[in-house]
Amino acid sequence: MPRIGVFVCQCGNNIASTVDTAKVAEEMKDMPGVVYTADYKFMCSSPGQESLKETVKEHKLDGIVVAACSPHMHEKTFRKACEKAGLNPYKCEIANIREQCSWVHHDETKKTGTIKSIDLTRMTLERLKRNKDLTKISIPITKRALVIGGGVAGIQAALDIADGGRDVILVEKEPSLGGNMAKLSETFPTMDCSQCIMTPKMVEVELHDRITLYTYSEVEKVDGYIGNFTVTIRKKARFVDEDLCTGCGDCWNKCPFKIDSEFEHGLTKRKVIYTPFPQAVPNIPVIDKENCPKIQKDKCGACALVCGPECIDFTQEDKIVTEDVGAIVIATGFDLMKNSKFAEYGYGKYKDVINGLQFERLASASGPTAGEIQRPSDGKVPQSIVFIQCVGSRNEEKGVSYCSKICCMYTAKHTMLYKHKVHDGQSYVFYMDIRAGGKRYEEFTRKAIEEDGAMYLRGRVSRVYEKNGKLVVQGADTLSGSQVVIEADMVVLATALVSRDNAADLAQKLGVGYDKHKFFSEYHPKLKPVETVTGGIYLAGTCVGPMDIPESVSMGSAAASKVQALFSADMLDREPITAEVAEATCNACWDCVTACPYTAIDRTEIKNRKGEVVSMVARVNKGLCTGCGTCVAACRSKTIDLAGYTDEQVYAALNAF
Amino acid sequence: MKFKLKNENIASEFVAHIEKITGENAKRCYQCGNCTGGCPVSFKMDHGPCQIIRLMQMGQDEAVQEANSMWVCVGCMQCYSRCPQGVSAANIFEGLRQVVLRKGEDHQEIEDIPMPLLKGAPQQALVCGFRKFVS
Amino acid sequence: MSELKNIPYYPGCTLNTVAKHFEDSAKESAETLGFTLSELEQWNCCGASYPLSPDNIMGLTGPAKVLFEASKAGESVTTLCSVCYNVLKRTNKTVHDDKEKRETISTFIEADYDGSLEVTHYLEILRDTVGFSKVKESVTRPLKDIKIGAYYGCMLLRPFEDVGIDDHEAPTIIEDLFKALGAKPVDFPNKIECCGAHLAVGGKEGDDVVKQLSTCVMRSAVGSGVELIVTSCPLCQYNLEQSQEKAVKEVSGYNAVPIVYFTQLLGLALGQDEAKLGFEKNVWDARPLLKEREV
Ligand SMILES: Cc1cc2nc3c(=O)[nH]c(=O)nc-3n(C[C@H](O)[C@H](O)[C@H](O)COP(=O)(O)OP(=O)(O)OC[C@H]3O[C@@H](n4cnc5c(N)ncnc54)[C@H](O)[C@@H]3O)c2cc1C
Ligand code: SF4
Ligand code: SF4
Repeated sequence: MPRIGVFVCQCGNNIASTVDTAKVAEEMKDMPGVVYTADYKFMCSSPGQESLKETVKEHKLDGIVVAACSPHMHEKTFRKACEKAGLNPYKCEIANIREQCSWVHHDETKKTGTIKSIDLTRMTLERLKRNKDLTKISIPITKRALVIGGGVAGIQAALDIADGGRDVILVEKEPSLGGNMAKLSETFPTMDCSQCIMTPKMVEVELHDRITLYTYSEVEKVDGYIGNFTVTIRKKARFVDEDLCTGCGDCWNKCPFKIDSEFEHGLTKRKVIYTPFPQAVPNIPVIDKENCPKIQKDKCGACALVCGPECIDFTQEDKIVTEDVGAIVIATGFDLMKNSKFAEYGYGKYKDVINGLQFERLASASGPTAGEIQRPSDGKVPQSIVFIQCVGSRNEEKGVSYCSKICCMYTAKHTMLYKHKVHDGQSYVFYMDIRAGGKRYEEFTRKAIEEDGAMYLRGRVSRVYEKNGKLVVQGADTLSGSQVVIEADMVVLATALVSRDNAADLAQKLGVGYDKHKFFSEYHPKLKPVETVTGGIYLAGTCVGPMDIPESVSMGSAAASKVQALFSADMLDREPITAEVAEATCNACWDCVTACPYTAIDRTEIKNRKGEVVSMVARVNKGLCTGCGTCVAACRSKTIDLAGYTDEQVYAALNAF
Repeated sequence: MKFKLKNENIASEFVAHIEKITGENAKRCYQCGNCTGGCPVSFKMDHGPCQIIRLMQMGQDEAVQEANSMWVCVGCMQCYSRCPQGVSAANIFEGLRQVVLRKGEDHQEIEDIPMPLLKGAPQQALVCGFRKFVS
Repeated sequence: MSELKNIPYYPGCTLNTVAKHFEDSAKESAETLGFTLSELEQWNCCGASYPLSPDNIMGLTGPAKVLFEASKAGESVTTLCSVCYNVLKRTNKTVHDDKEKRETISTFIEADYDGSLEVTHYLEILRDTVGFSKVKESVTRPLKDIKIGAYYGCMLLRPFEDVGIDDHEAPTIIEDLFKALGAKPVDFPNKIECCGAHLAVGGKEGDDVVKQLSTCVMRSAVGSGVELIVTSCPLCQYNLEQSQEKAVKEVSGYNAVPIVYFTQLLGLALGQDEAKLGFEKNVWDARPLLKEREV
């Protein structure tokens, strides 16, 4: 006969106000196999746990039911207490009488809540009687990490992991590290030069013994599970031998063909063989295959003629490499929304209507104008600039519903940069709210207004059009209640930050979630902000949502410390809730293999002593199995069962209802 | 201007009525001013479209009704076409006009329209004008 | 284009009277292109404004009746006036999408109509059914690079999801047509702004507004180098004409430009008899300019 204890929690008034917990305990007393019952104010408190432990020992219990809140909350707590008291933790079951019971019933006589609680507890009790002792599964960990994306967040994560003594593979899809931060001129709120603080980090990555850098590469496939991923990486053909190239630049100086520079957002041209910017890491060019006449139609080849070390190879092909890693950090960053959605602002139609990153390039000492603010149309220095915030952000009709969070700050920064460079220039800012929550941020925007004379107008702009060489900006200032028309020389749109085009695709490859805006989803927005629902995969930076550099860097470091924590143990414990095959009855129909969403079931050969294959059976890879139970439903011969959730347990619970 | 705000203002029945007949929700408006910025006639209005909606949010029935704004609105839909929140100030103005016209109060007396205009203007101007100004 | 013989056409209140030259020239051009705009047998006024408060069912009955009559004539109906187009197209959508309203309207007009008709503007017939390239082939008197300003106003464009003949912020349909006719369309900012519309009958205050708005349109066009303005709505045409008259009186040295319906120049380019196109009815005659350019 089992010796079971039932503990009913009052959860203060959370449960007790609609459930008569004493009555529930009382009812359980007479159930066969129950030797002890109690109700208590807070089972999860230390005294609650202590009394649980003591009772287990004192009454020599071999199983317990805790009727309390959702198992999501405290199953771990109570199982741990059992373990300390010498009981197998999987002999502890939770009956949830709070979330879907006490909280949803408002009957003051406590009648409905109590009856339901009794039913739920009785069911759990019957289930528990069929529980087996289970032991945690131990799996080995490959102590190398993959970081996807070489913006500031990814760089930070990679450096922190590598400095902690672990090997890192960093995959960046562009020819150089740096991401969006490499394009910025100076950065709020301290106004330090972005390149000056970014490039040392990029070089550090390049020189780090523990970091393997794959630029111009993308993750193609990810197999495996926490601690044991296998990653397939496509190294796109650079057409330049990375080992031989010295980065001398003879090739790109010689190349006769010019293309709009992506890095400069079309403000200037680059060559067909190019590095995106002078401080690129690695300083090795790539040939833009689509636009290269040599590759497309065997004409030109000028670069190869001048290359001293002869490292140009027009026949190079993409390379596929595989790497084993134990953890993955996603740091793929953001893009700016396409402004073509906002024809009323004339982006694309008028050359002097530009976006924020283009302004950064104009203001950057290494940019196309060497840091002088000039109109793209005629190179003149603008005497007035209108900045329009929230272009596409907070716009449910035509853009995205969310706030892009950083534009208030960088627009204030832009007005300052402009003032510092063009002393008699006047900036105007159309804003809806100034969101400057952050250390020294409010002071920063006030400075833009009070000291640098930016004219802030509270309202949106309806339209921008050209008249006599000026850009006419027609908007409103709602504080004065008036329509405002400004004739400006240049207009800068603070366009919404959006997720990368390929974010959903990558999320699916990695098996992690994303929201309706295609930003990656955190496991828990407050308590697990860098974890994903998939063990071993972490998030950093703007691929999660709009944020500034300090936040992106913090997240990079946070993700790195999660990886370090994972790598600090040699083996990884996993819940033993996995599928099990009773091999004797398996008839090798492979329905389970097809059904399993995690490819966790293998077709295994059974051999006799002579080594001949006598039969085939399904076998579960415990490392991959997540315990979802799909195979159990698929198996026609009832050969597969789920440990901890056996058919027997489930039917017993149902029968007890 | 000075408003004394009471609970009754916030729960204004007049505003609720306008919302009902126009299908608009004044609370959707977050006062960005795009409508006022783009409205070709807001310069002639006592209060621009977004201010009228603000006054509605504050339950200032009289201020809304006294303003000339509803009669100046040409119904060009520029406001709606660029409103990030999908609010149509044009619909709201129509609702405000309807409330007046449905009481039988005309904004424009037909006799007052000069003969040359009556004769020379396209019929559609008259039909449309009567719909907007005459009960 | 063989099935394109007869296109059911709804004139509306103004096209048979004040804007007869708009209608005549459109009909002439259609004949040249090989089809006929055939007026509906029965029709009434569309109300000249789509009721903007959705509870106003009465305002929908007129246009619904028109649509019902048109549904007897074929599967589509075309208009010339932008306002008719706007009202009919929006009403059609409402009747189609809102079953409850459809039933109420049906009882009022004592006819059942389900909104299945296709409402088009003549410009769309030219673009989508005939095709501008075909129009181009039929041109015999090209417009010799005259700088045309295409004035759209509101009703062809907004609200975009209900009407939207083209991109509502940067439409080009009229410009594309005039390129086919050999003219040189010039973009100008105010081409999508309002002319003042019905405020023309809104007393002194309204009059002022119309003057301001229409003058802005004219200024914006002329300032951008436009030599001739084309419209597709009798009310736009009227407001622009009137404002230009006032401007000429009030502003010395004001540079007036011809304002015509797009169909008049279409007819001309397709080689019709100039006398039939009603140029004499426009307040601002285009003929001197046409002559000067030897069109
Ligand atoms: C106009 C403007 C001004 C700004 N000014 C400031 C400022 O002054 N101060 C401040 O704190 N913040 C500023 N910011 C914000 C700052 O740019 C971001 O916070 C920061 O760049 C985010 O870094 P990240 O690493 O998350 O993303 P990113 O910089 O976008 O980096 C992501 C990297 O991942 C790579 N990648 C993407 N997809 C893949 C893939 N599938 N595989 C491999 N690699 C991939 C990208 O190529 C890129 O290199 C500004 C932003 C803008 C738009
Ligand atoms: S544009 Fe829309 S949200 Fe903005 S003020 Fe006008 S009605 Fe309100
Ligand atoms: S519809 Fe009325 S309120 Fe809206 S923009 Fe036009 S005139 Fe202004």
